[in-house]
Amino acid sequence: MKSSKSYKERFDKRGWEECRPMTAKVGIIPEADGSAMFQVGNTKALAAVYGPRDLHPKFMQNPKTGILRVNYNMMPFSGHGERVRPGGSRRSKELGLVIENSLMPVLNLKEYPNSVVDVFIELPQTDAGTRCAGIVAASMALAHAGLEMTDMVAAVAVGKVGGQLVVDLTYDEEAYDGEGGATDLPVAVLPNSGKVTLLQMDGGVSREDLKEAVEMAKRASMQIYDLQKKALKESFTEVQK
Amino acid sequence: MQSELKIKEKEIAVPGEVLATGLEFIPGAGVYRDNEFVRAGRMGLVSIEGKVIKLTQLNGQYIPKMNDKIIARVIDVLMTGWRFSFDSPYSAVLQLKDASSDFIGRGADLTQYYNIGDYVFCKITNITSQKLIDITMRGPGLRKLQGGRIVEVNAFKIPRIIGKDGSMVGMIKQATGANIVVGQNGSVWIDGSPDMELIAIDAIRMIEAQAHLSGLTDRIKAFLKEKTGKDVHPVAAPESEERDERSDSDGGERRDDRGERRDFRPRRDFNSGREQRFRGRR
Amino acid sequence: MNKEHLLSYLEKGIRYDGRKLNEYRDIKIEYDVSKSAEGSAQVSFGSTIMIAGVKMAVQKPYEDMPDAGTLMVNAELLPLSSPEFETGPPGIYAVELARVVDRGIRESHAIDTHKLCIEAGESVWSVSIDVCSINAHGGLIDASSLAALAALKDARMPAYKDKVVDYGNKTDQSVPMEKEPIAVTVFKIDKYLIVDPIPEEEKFADARLTITVTKDNVICSLQKGGAVALTVDEIDSMVALAIEKAPELRSKL
Repeated sequence: MKSSKSYKERFDKRGWEECRPMTAKVGIIPEADGSAMFQVGNTKALAAVYGPRDLHPKFMQNPKTGILRVNYNMMPFSGHGERVRPGGSRRSKELGLVIENSLMPVLNLKEYPNSVVDVFIELPQTDAGTRCAGIVAASMALAHAGLEMTDMVAAVAVGKVGGQLVVDLTYDEEAYDGEGGATDLPVAVLPNSGKVTLLQMDGGVSREDLKEAVEMAKRASMQIYDLQKKALKESFTEVQK
Repeated sequence: MQSELKIKEKEIAVPGEVLATGLEFIPGAGVYRDNEFVRAGRMGLVSIEGKVIKLTQLNGQYIPKMNDKIIARVIDVLMTGWRFSFDSPYSAVLQLKDASSDFIGRGADLTQYYNIGDYVFCKITNITSQKLIDITMRGPGLRKLQGGRIVEVNAFKIPRIIGKDGSMVGMIKQATGANIVVGQNGSVWIDGSPDMELIAIDAIRMIEAQAHLSGLTDRIKAFLKEKTGKDVHPVAAPESEERDERSDSDGGERRDDRGERRDFRPRRDFNSGREQRFRGRR
Repeated sequence: MNKEHLLSYLEKGIRYDGRKLNEYRDIKIEYDVSKSAEGSAQVSFGSTIMIAGVKMAVQKPYEDMPDAGTLMVNAELLPLSSPEFETGPPGIYAVELARVVDRGIRESHAIDTHKLCIEAGESVWSVSIDVCSINAHGGLIDASSLAALAALKDARMPAYKDKVVDYGNKTDQSVPMEKEPIAVTVFKIDKYLIVDPIPEEEKFADARLTITVTKDNVICSLQKGGAVALTVDEIDSMVALAIEKAPELRSKL
């Protein structure tokens, strides 16, 4: 017998599987080798790729392949409440690592031994789903930088709010304190193979819920992929200046 | 699965995108096979030659290639040579023996030849698997670049900036009277009067922005006429250093203005042991 | 490639990108670019893009100024914005940038800090301005200063009830501004003075002077940079140029 759900309607009236309005733009940072912006609802992520470039310190160099290094950072004024002290945190370090692992499966850096591809993700404005937005922007920036990639990477946070599975949670949904609480599941998907490259969870779900949630993430990822494709193609057919 | 092309020539493909289905089509550069799908292995411009689908890279770091002529800058003076940087994760080394037609003895002051900060137009002679790169300064057109200024462009637009047999950059040189040296690594050296240099740079930026569009040559002609008052024509510049010598795209065959076949054959100059490329009539 | 080449341009009254010596690149300001901030703005000078955000909080005042709010300016030269910048705490130029922008706002009394007092000795508003580089292509000091000012103008105070700041609720009360200090950094290359250099020009600069000016042409802060000395006449010329250019920047707000 299914327990009744306490979350009857989304705060912003969206459908359960509906993502917030999204925009994407490629090539926003001319200094970088590749760059992109991705905004979903009020969460905005900027990504810049520098590389392959020289890697220091030398002990980090890998003679067999280039390495990927992701730096994730929230701007001090991007938080929901008080100012966020700059300088990163344990959270931002962890996010840098999981984002790196979400992007590595599609990259081939063997042609660039001893070098590094640096990805910088900065968020000027946040409303949950930040690591996912960062991944979406970063994968566009990597493609823009001309790197060998077997697929794009799309990402979205799905979750269970008040017993209801939903796609693309807002900050208020993450903080839902009604019956059933909130579970947050950021998922990154390779759109052309359906494989998962980021999977994290905070909360409590059953095995069936998990499977369903990941399928919902895959479906939402296809929409995001369409946007990424469009942004990348437009950046080259647009005549600059 | 039915063999079918899913994309057209000159379209932009995105990583993972299906370019063709079935087993008939063959993945070329930047493209890979995923069971019955032929997919894009990077972002690039589609180019189809028979059954081979390949993607031309549009953006990104310059990839050093053998025999490329590049513009590089001295970053270190070594015991037996110099180290150069050219906006790449890898540096290049110039050995004494390749530095000059003069004999440079041991113990000579190497800074007299090339000093830190100097820019040169040189040629890549060797690249190892670990990306150790050797360059030479010995060869036609290779030299230190004094004065002038350097602009950085997208390395993948360089062939368009050079044009067929140097004709595009030739037009810019004709109109502005500036000396222009184009490095395959995306560095372009320009030396002329300030206002002419600015016009040359604007023309180069136009080519960079519109490289994929047709009718570009005419637009550049019109732009140069408007800015300099000069009528220019795309003319092949046979012995110029800007000639795009890389023959991978057309198998070494070129057609001249009369449509006759000419091909490049390496011919040894037995006197100096240097290899030179000549046009020979078949 | 060398200074002489750049001087051949400056001699003819043109810059490496065709501008006149005293000409700024195309300046654009966009407000409210970060809905998370109490106020924000993005300023671009050509391809240089700086973003500034204002965050406010309530805290105890400083002991020596019990009835005044507090101000803090921080700058981050993000590695996102240039291959020249590294991760880690602000380097020396980021610190200088932050302090120059700070002094411009503080010394001009741009903000009436007494109006930020809630309860003397107990609680006052603190204003934090963070400037971040998005694309660094020269002219950073002036663009940062303009961005900070624009963000302050954009800012609206959050609601404060029962000793708690309600960030979700913005009032329509602006930050009490009295002055609009504009920073103009003049660079000296040999005997030529320019503003808003691109990196290819900046690397040949002998020295720079950042002059922050209010609407009534009061100079409220100065910062000399670069390792070459300036004569008094040169300083005067640079100040004159700053006073001439400030209204143009101020008009963009």
